[in-house]
Amino acid sequence: MTTAIEATEAGAPIRREPRFSWLWQLLRDPLGCFGLILVLLIVFAALGADVLSPYDYKALDIKARLASPSVEHLLGTDNLGRDTFSRILHGGRIALYVALVSVGSSLVLGLFLGMLAGYGPRWLDNALMLLFDAVRAFPVIMFALAVITVVGPSLETIIFVVVVTTVPGYARITRSATLSLKNTEFILAERSLGAGTIRVMASHLLPNLIAPLLILASMDIPVVITIEAGLSFLGLGVKPPTPSWGSILNDGYSFIRNTPWLVIAGGIPLIITTLGFTFLGEAMRDVFDPKLKKDR
Amino acid sequence: MSQNDLVLDVRDLSVSFRTGRGKVRALRHVDITVPKNKIVGIVGESGCGKSTLINSVLRLLAPNAIIEPGSQVDFLGDDVIKMSNSQLTDLRGQRISMVFQDPMTALNPVISVGTQMTDILYRLKIPMAEKRKRAADMLAQVGIPDAQRRLEDFPHQFSGGMRQRICIAMALMMNPALLIADEPTTALDVTLEAQIIHLMKELREKFECSMLFVSHNLGLIAELCDEVIVMYAGEVVEQGEVHDLFHRAAHPYTRMLLECDPARIAEARQELPTITGSVPDMIDLPPGCIFAPRCPRRYEPCDASPPEPYAVSDQHSARCFLVRDGR
Repeated sequence: MTTAIEATEAGAPIRREPRFSWLWQLLRDPLGCFGLILVLLIVFAALGADVLSPYDYKALDIKARLASPSVEHLLGTDNLGRDTFSRILHGGRIALYVALVSVGSSLVLGLFLGMLAGYGPRWLDNALMLLFDAVRAFPVIMFALAVITVVGPSLETIIFVVVVTTVPGYARITRSATLSLKNTEFILAERSLGAGTIRVMASHLLPNLIAPLLILASMDIPVVITIEAGLSFLGLGVKPPTPSWGSILNDGYSFIRNTPWLVIAGGIPLIITTLGFTFLGEAMRDVFDPKLKKDR
Repeated sequence: MSQNDLVLDVRDLSVSFRTGRGKVRALRHVDITVPKNKIVGIVGESGCGKSTLINSVLRLLAPNAIIEPGSQVDFLGDDVIKMSNSQLTDLRGQRISMVFQDPMTALNPVISVGTQMTDILYRLKIPMAEKRKRAADMLAQVGIPDAQRRLEDFPHQFSGGMRQRICIAMALMMNPALLIADEPTTALDVTLEAQIIHLMKELREKFECSMLFVSHNLGLIAELCDEVIVMYAGEVVEQGEVHDLFHRAAHPYTRMLLECDPARIAEARQELPTITGSVPDMIDLPPGCIFAPRCPRRYEPCDASPPEPYAVSDQHSARCFLVRDGR
């Protein structure tokens, strides 16, 4: 054991944990461990899509259309005879790309705007809140449909729509946490010790805000993936022949009387991703919040 | 006393708060001084303006506060009232710093103690290792064992007394000329209180800083301070050298405050002595002495006009007509 035990002034032993202790803590939590494995699986599959795919995802094989799973086609083929397994792998790339880029940008943008609203002057707060409420009044899908009709379907459009509609959520959480934090004694103490506005925001508010936002972000990743899948299902997402889990589901839906395999193959990665990110998010909150550390 | 011996010289400071009911005149014409290397205590009931006073010295007042024109807070030759925001940032923590009442809430719960301490040194352009060394030294000076290692720990891993020591260490990081302590022991138990007071005395010798010490606890003030300021309803009613003031309290309020101190009650009785009545409404002030409605020795001049500070002895004065008239 590398952990040393020593006595403190109060007599309570304090265990010193080695570096990367958070990773061990994450692995000790069964759900966190499970979530991490699922997420790593998805990431690995998406990154290695080119190498792992047995076929080109665009290659047609009309003779083998709507085939059931077999040794040649692990998850069968679609209505054009394309290998579903290869398409799922490449679809994962699209899904993760959309999710990470849009959740990442709304997290950063929402954090910034929320802190500005919470810590800044009252008029700015009111103006930003009005804007956020206006944006939130639009149903996501309706807003997406409207934007796509005007600009045309593309990956960037989906990302734009998702960022615009999720930023208010992050900003609101950040704002309310900032409001309750800014009158706490430790913020006053920091100010009395000479921390300016920027320093208070960056080194004292930010670490307090990250934990709830990370959880929201990890819960939002599967939501965004389903939005992308939903829009692709409606034919408004990525353009064929680029594969997406949503468009695979859509194809499967049209041919569900011929074969159930397309719907199953398109749905399972969605389930795995959703579960994986949700579990991981929950576990990360427990690990990164020092107040919740049990055995320290 | 010459002007150069003063660290802090507050003159005619008046602070009001805008509220829905009107202007609350929280501080009125307050004059206090803190000489070099002295500890000045402030006592008074809750709501008498102690915190408003120390927050005005650091200009950390609530947004609805107005510092009335004519007020002067002179700190080593600079007027704090006239300072710009960047000058204030420069002042806070570096030249004046503050220790708060509740050590449980005065530290950021999600940042390690070492990071919080080194963060205060952001003004110094020295390598991180050097900053951490200074932080560890400071922790050791306030009596935290194994300081180097404990820099990694978070506030919740320390006990209340240790946290207050950390707060004091943080306040002294930049070696300020004035340390303001806002009831630093109220949230601690009696043994810890004694330890913290002992520590503060020791640190005063070591760091040669002056202190402004706010407390309800008269015994503590008598033990620690060189001078005392007694505040009532936003005014300084009596001030003077600590022994002189405690032995020859001139203002009826000070006397009653001393009688109410449980440590001073000689015989056992069922009821604790209290000062009857409550602090007056600070929106609509009485024309005469502010303490008159509660004063047992009130007489004719008290209701006519407010009293000036009258000298009791060399370094001791009270705002009371009894002193002027020698009654």
